[in-house]
Amino acid sequence: MNHPQPPETAPEPLAPGQRLPESDVKEFSPEALAEIQAIMARYPDKMAATLPALHIAQREFGFISLAAMKAVAKAIGIPEGHVFGVATFYTMYQKAPVGQYHFQVCTNISCALKGAAQLLEKVCEKTGVKPGQGPSPDGLWSVEEVECLAGCSMGPCIQVNHDVYDELVDEQKLIEVMEACKRGDYRPWAH
Amino acid sequence: MVAIRTKPDPQIYTYPGFGSEKFPNLMLRGAGDLDNWHLKVYEQKHEGYVAMKKALQMEPVAVTEEMKASGLRGRGGAGFPAGLKWSFMPKDTPERKFTRYLVCNGDEGEPGTFKDRVILEYNPHQLIEGMIIGGWAMQCQLGFVYIRGEFLWLIEKLEAAIQQARDAGYLGKNILGTGWDYDIIVHRGAGAYICGEETALLNSLEGRRGEPRVKPPFPAAKGAFGQPTTINNVETLAAVPPILRMGGAEYAKIGSPKNSGTRIFGVSGHVKRPGIYELPMGTPLNFLVEELAGGTGTGRKIKAIIPGGSSCPMLDEKDFDVPMDFDNLKARGSMGGSGGVIVMDESVCIVQATLRLIKFYAHESCGQCTPCREGCNWMEMILYRIEHGEGRMEDLDLLAGLTPRIGLRTLCPLGDAACGPMDSALQKFRHEFEHHITHKTCYAQGSRLLSSVGAH
Repeated sequence: MNHPQPPETAPEPLAPGQRLPESDVKEFSPEALAEIQAIMARYPDKMAATLPALHIAQREFGFISLAAMKAVAKAIGIPEGHVFGVATFYTMYQKAPVGQYHFQVCTNISCALKGAAQLLEKVCEKTGVKPGQGPSPDGLWSVEEVECLAGCSMGPCIQVNHDVYDELVDEQKLIEVMEACKRGDYRPWAH
Repeated sequence: MVAIRTKPDPQIYTYPGFGSEKFPNLMLRGAGDLDNWHLKVYEQKHEGYVAMKKALQMEPVAVTEEMKASGLRGRGGAGFPAGLKWSFMPKDTPERKFTRYLVCNGDEGEPGTFKDRVILEYNPHQLIEGMIIGGWAMQCQLGFVYIRGEFLWLIEKLEAAIQQARDAGYLGKNILGTGWDYDIIVHRGAGAYICGEETALLNSLEGRRGEPRVKPPFPAAKGAFGQPTTINNVETLAAVPPILRMGGAEYAKIGSPKNSGTRIFGVSGHVKRPGIYELPMGTPLNFLVEELAGGTGTGRKIKAIIPGGSSCPMLDEKDFDVPMDFDNLKARGSMGGSGGVIVMDESVCIVQATLRLIKFYAHESCGQCTPCREGCNWMEMILYRIEHGEGRMEDLDLLAGLTPRIGLRTLCPLGDAACGPMDSALQKFRHEFEHHITHKTCYAQGSRLLSSVGAH
């Protein structure tokens, strides 16, 4: 019997010969390296700087490319394989480019009860991109379906880049948020 | 650029009678006021750092004893007595000196739970004060606050608050002349629900993948960076200053027997006034949902309530009078969990709701243990085909047979957490699953909890 299968929850694994998307930036800036050094000094063990360094890499490189992972491993002095394992474990490290304004829509139960599924469809319709499909042609928008954002009583809620959430989002509010993005009221993705 | 929230959030933090003797206001003081995170405001308005100064005059062991007397149970979900947990930390002996750490778990990721966010937003100094008292009681060298990565603006706010505390001499070298050095580091997570499990959190803090460790050794013996560590929830640590202020015995009088104190309940879903309510433990669920949150407000009846975050088995109508504390909820076959109350009315299709929840666990399983990694995916696939009208009656037995093969067979409780909603939905709302299989549509017509563009 041919049953319907749920959609893949992770992006398709790499095909043979296919490479990870490459970033334009290849190395950390001296300021970022100094920042990572300062973080390493705070912890009892230098490996603890892996997560913060990957956050810095995401800011510097735009997303976590292979070059970003290698740069993090070199900066901290740990194996590249370890950094690869960590970067691919956590969902907040984007392994492919995202738009200038990355919309994260929570569709978990509390938000779903308030219409998050319809909101996600609305966001896709307005921005013209689908979750996990990379940025829109103008590079402005990308959409991601995320799990609980802890805004449950004020659902549906979305997070644009790293900023404060927008709560109780309906169609009108969504248009306002997109206008605010175009005006530059939100912190850009790579700030 | 430091982002301090300037946009008020549209959430309810109070109710008539809040702050009176019957409903003490211990953790949500000043919630809703965006200036409340300043040290000055906290000290002037909310008896800030009074408890810390009192604790630093006491012997560390006496502080732990005070915690034991309060009967405070951990607010992260398991409900383990916090004072007892503190007393597990090894003490220095003439032969051996220990490096001890205190870790605060702010990885709030449980669907339906949003309490830690409120404390971090409006009362970060109470958390810092609790961490200083905990650090003193266990004579820790360093404290870590692990906060989920999405809360970047709260991390920046907490770091600003910690700097204020450093400037005031409450953190750093030789705190208030006691000769004790202590500081707090904020660690940002990167989006993994599993890091809310204490040993997974420690791995994540050390810069590894967030995979739970085998216990024993327990963190009190071998925790962060191989040293003795205690991990407490944000809410647990925020409850420490009021306990020290009023005294453990006095605090123990609040709430129900063996479940002392107040708890922050977050009500979400189909209610008129969703929001955050701090109530004494043991307050009946229907008082919270009907009186405070105003019921559904649409004339539709409530079908099911998840009483403590998505991992807790659902309750149906006959259990809506349950007193909200760890023991009573357990007696009714559910859990106290993390205090997130999710209310679902008649318009909700339970199959869709269960599928959405199981999809979450299938996505968040770390992949270490086969029962959880494979089992959650199987449950998702079976529910998906039932939802899409291709289910068979045998699927229900298959689902019922899967949960005992996942629960209690994994390193951490994530597998058990997925079984909670699955089992309870199947037991209490079996007719909805059967309706789905025979009629190929929802029992509750028009329920749309799943998007057509899905996929992560």
